Amino acid sequence: MKWDSIEAFKAVTDRNVLRLQEEVKAGRKVVGQYCIYTPPELILASGALSVSLCGTKNDSIPAAEAILPRTLCPLVKSSFGFALEDSCPYLAASDLVVCDTTCDGKKKMFELLAKRKPVFLLELPQRQGEEGVAFWKRQLERLKEHLEERFHCHITEDAIHAAIELQGRFRSALKGVLDLARRTPSPLRGMDLLEISVRSSFMPEYEDRIRLLEDIRNEVEKGRVEEKEARPRILLTGVPTGIGSHKVVRIIEECGGAVVVIDNCSCYKKVRRYPEVTGDALDMLARYSLGAPCAVMTPNPGRFEAVERLAADFHVDAVCDLAWQGCQTYEVESYSLRQYVQDSLHLPFLQIVSDYADSDCEQLRIRIEAFIEMLL
Amino acid sequence: MSALCGSCEPVSRHSPPWNANGQHCSFAFFLPYLFFIVGNMISKSTYYVAGIDIGSAETKGVLLAEDSTVAACASKATGWNHAESASRVLDALWLKHGLSLPVAPEALVATGYGRISVPFADKTVTELSCHGRGALHLFPEVRTVIDIGGQDSKVIRLDGGRVRDFVMNDKCAAGTGRFVQNVATLFETDVAAFCGMAEGQDPCPITSMCAVFAETEIISLLARGKEPSSIASGVLHSIAKRIRALAGRFFPVGETVFSGGLARSREMGRILEEELGVRLNVPKHPQYTGALGAALFALERVKEQS
Repeated sequence: MKWDSIEAFKAVTDRNVLRLQEEVKAGRKVVGQYCIYTPPELILASGALSVSLCGTKNDSIPAAEAILPRTLCPLVKSSFGFALEDSCPYLAASDLVVCDTTCDGKKKMFELLAKRKPVFLLELPQRQGEEGVAFWKRQLERLKEHLEERFHCHITEDAIHAAIELQGRFRSALKGVLDLARRTPSPLRGMDLLEISVRSSFMPEYEDRIRLLEDIRNEVEKGRVEEKEARPRILLTGVPTGIGSHKVVRIIEECGGAVVVIDNCSCYKKVRRYPEVTGDALDMLARYSLGAPCAVMTPNPGRFEAVERLAADFHVDAVCDLAWQGCQTYEVESYSLRQYVQDSLHLPFLQIVSDYADSDCEQLRIRIEAFIEMLL
Repeated sequence: MSALCGSCEPVSRHSPPWNANGQHCSFAFFLPYLFFIVGNMISKSTYYVAGIDIGSAETKGVLLAEDSTVAACASKATGWNHAESASRVLDALWLKHGLSLPVAPEALVATGYGRISVPFADKTVTELSCHGRGALHLFPEVRTVIDIGGQDSKVIRLDGGRVRDFVMNDKCAAGTGRFVQNVATLFETDVAAFCGMAEGQDPCPITSMCAVFAETEIISLLARGKEPSSIASGVLHSIAKRIRALAGRFFPVGETVFSGGLARSREMGRILEEELGVRLNVPKHPQYTGALGAALFALERVKEQS
């Protein structure tokens, strides 16, 4: 199914790098970020542009493996390889990179990255209770001070509130598009969901993001889709997937499944929750951003709640959990998630452990095809 | 006892199909098969369906009659050309069934890792579904299927006549038939004889989890003067341990079937039973379970369409 608005969106986002370079020429500061625990609201409030950074392609991994161990997670290796080869235009344009101590692999990689780029490290707590929130809020205060100092600005309470409002509008616009897949049959393919989520996070201008996403929603909402045969609806959960690390989404769809929701931090995890818009801005941001249910948190009940909720909202037939090889937290959590999905939600469950290389595509295809046969 | 490894050897690997008369496929249905031939001579309305399982080492085929009795089964080494391997197996099936002029079966389902390269297949089904289907046909009470194939091993859970869950080994070759084949080659013998060697021996522990490192370990064990027979036993034990780790949370669930090429070895079955603590049902010709499942899917397809 081709949608004009999606084609238009792709045409604009193909020029993301050019737009970013224009902004840089015009004197805009750019802050890159790797992890959704970093609240882009603080960066926006400082007047800088907030962009995602590359880390989802296999091409940069061989360079990284000259320094990093081969058994490390491909996301960490890919991100670092881009820095080594200076092949990510977003990283090259960044005046500052905000990093989180999300996991051990990233934390140690950022030490090496700091030798090449100005890095600001946020120390992420491992638990989401009140102590964690208080600690995280202090980290955000440090980031705020650092941004003020580096960019010679004063970040006011009002500016943060305005940024929260802007980020909220972007989030609603993206959610509006991703939620179109709740319909049966879904008018969007899994690759559409992935590309729209990823490409929009690399777009420098928020108003452009919002406008183009609303266009997609308006067109697709009215459109009719027909399907010859019903395709089993799959919820894909787990590690981030981007362009270049999308093979599991592609294979599921090639084998006759429909990926209707991607519960990871490149996609639906960014839009599922909203911050409470009351009280102290930093407190609010700390609570909201720390609430993301990543497997690095212990325990991580939010992920199970999210999967249950999304499985119902998107009428899914099965859950597929993806972990990158070497991502210990997601690999371990898969056992509990399998039990929860099979025993409490009574849905079939498939775990996939892979990396960014194409070498295991046939092995993956067998598992995924057999899984889909099981659902028919 | 040790003969079991060798008794189900496939049709001679190098002989052309017209010489392939070395193996009688009774498949536990010998009597119905006789009746079938007689019946076939009376009634011309009977049709046949075929299932072809293109594995990494062998291509297996099963020819089924309309009433789901096995008419013939045959296998050939999988060459580089999967389509040709499949068509040679199909020719062999017809020959074995006593038809000198091959005709197209009513429906043909291809399975195994080469399933997509069979141009004359009406449908492809994964080997997971096919092994499950085949095992259910042979043992209607089956709840768990353990299949050790040439390049992967899998554990399948069945419930209510359907596949409900499965696990497969990851990218690694440890715990697969290929691993045994590699070590057998190292010992300058074939898989059947290698399994025979292991019979009743004290296993010499193989600790490497990786097939390549395990080979290195075996070479050093040989250098230290360990008996090849106890190393062989150690290899089979290491496979059983991998399967137990793979099976993990599936056990113990009801009747268990052991299928795939390695199930031809009685010693492998015995070690696996010991490791898992369950009694295993082994089909008479376990390597054909996937092809049988594929043929049954072909039969369903014909019945759905008529």
